[in-house]
Amino acid sequence: MFLKSTPLEIGTLITQVESPARGAVASFLGTVRNHQDGRNVLRLEYSAYAPMAEVECARIVAEAEDRWDCAVALVHRIGTLEVGDTAVAIAAASAHREEAFAACRYVIEEIKRRVPIWKREFFGDGMVEWVGSGEAGKRLGAEEPRQRGHEVRQQLIARSDRGDL
Amino acid sequence: MTATVSSTLTIQVLLFGSYAEALGRDTLELRLPGSATIQDAVARLRSLPGGDRIPDRPLCALNLSQAPVDSLLSADDELAILPPLAGG
Repeated sequence: MFLKSTPLEIGTLITQVESPARGAVASFLGTVRNHQDGRNVLRLEYSAYAPMAEVECARIVAEAEDRWDCAVALVHRIGTLEVGDTAVAIAAASAHREEAFAACRYVIEEIKRRVPIWKREFFGDGMVEWVGSGEAGKRLGAEEPRQRGHEVRQQLIARSDRGDL
Repeated sequence: MTATVSSTLTIQVLLFGSYAEALGRDTLELRLPGSATIQDAVARLRSLPGGDRIPDRPLCALNLSQAPVDSLLSADDELAILPPLAGG
C-alpha cells in the first residue's frame, strides 16, 4: 500500500531498501509548508482516487527500480496534514549514489505528474482553495455543501426520470 | 442469427476534488449511446448543474489508467474525471 492516513516514518522506508550490496541510500521528504504565494498556510487536506493512485505508484516504483538498478520505497499520506507534517516519503538504495539520487528524483517528479492525488489549502485568512484548480478560493463555512449536494441530486434524479441521463 | 448490438451503455462516473464539489456529488451513472466516447460523457457532465467547472477536455482515467478523450466507452466502464493533479 502506497497511501497511508497515519504519520510517515522515513526510517521504516530506509530499512525496506537498504542492503549490504547497496552502498548509497537517498531519501526525499515532501513536507507541509506554512506559506504559498506570500499567504499563510495553516494545513493541507489530501485526497486521492485510491485504487488508481496505488496502481500508478506501483508503476512508478517499478520503472525507477528497472531503470537505475535500485530498490525504492514510497509512501504518500492522505487526510489532514498540519504544517511540518510529511506528505510524501521516498527512499532509494543502489550500489552507487548516482542511481539512488536519480531514482529518488524520478519518483517524486512522476508522482506529481501522474498520481491522482489532490489537496486543499487552508489559509490563515479563512480561505480554502483546491491546489492547481485555478479557481478562486472559498471562505470556510461560506457554503452549505450538504444542502447544495441535495439540490443537485434532486435535479439529477429529475433528469434521470426524463431519460436525460 | 444476428448479433444484437446494445444501443445504449451505462457507465460509472467518479468525480474528485473541485469537480465533485461543483456537481455536489462524487459518483453518478450515465446512460450513453452505444458508440459513445469519453468526450461524449464529458459533454453530458458539463450540461449538468455545476458542470461548467469541468473543462472541455479534462484529464480522464478509464478503468484506472489515464485515457485520451476520444477513447470508446464500454458497458460498466469506470470513468474518472480528474482535476489538475496535486500530489507530493
